[in-house]
Amino acid sequence: MIAIKLFGVMRDIVGKPMLDIDEQVTTVAALKEVVEQKYPKAKALNSLLVAVNSEYAADEQTITATDEVALIPPVSGG
Amino acid sequence: MDYSIQITEKPLVPEVAIQAVSTPNAGAVNVFVGTVRNATSGKKVVQLEFEAYEPMATKELVKIVEQAFRQWPLQKVVVCHRTGVLAIGEVPVVIAVATAHRKAGFQACEFIIDTLKQTVPIWKKEKYEDGEVWVAAHP
Repeated sequence: MIAIKLFGVMRDIVGKPMLDIDEQVTTVAALKEVVEQKYPKAKALNSLLVAVNSEYAADEQTITATDEVALIPPVSGG
Repeated sequence: MDYSIQITEKPLVPEVAIQAVSTPNAGAVNVFVGTVRNATSGKKVVQLEFEAYEPMATKELVKIVEQAFRQWPLQKVVVCHRTGVLAIGEVPVVIAVATAHRKAGFQACEFIIDTLKQTVPIWKKEKYEDGEVWVAAHP
């Protein structure tokens, strides 16, 4: 299982600050696919990136259960 | 590289950042102060709420500031970003850059705020009289 931190609009879409993914996902791309399938509203966003251990991660990067994973919807700081 | 980065719920005071970067060998202190505007696209804004993924936001800010140090001859830099609920006129962000000469300060300050807006995981929710929206989330 992978526990995913949620922020901003993604937290509103899912309705809680953490999302547990039970499906077998080993890459960033697979994780995004599962999230977009479970929450179609995520597909309507301008972008949805994934951070692994608080660094932006490319689609092919692998994820393990011990990684800190977060979904990063479009940022709007400043 | 002499810099400090802060993400805080406490109100930001630009003068504190200015003092923190001031050094006797500086010829200029360039400061950007972001403020909460009362309207967006003609719609009245009541308040803003900022949220940060803090450890990552700090990491990304470090990257931006260190890049600025490599690109321009900077002396000291302070970047502060606020989180939580802010009223109209309050300050969500302060950037202060001390340099020997003004041009590098203007350029570095603009680079830091422009890149912050693109890469740092901080999110802003605008609240209106009749609803709210996460800024930039949807096309």
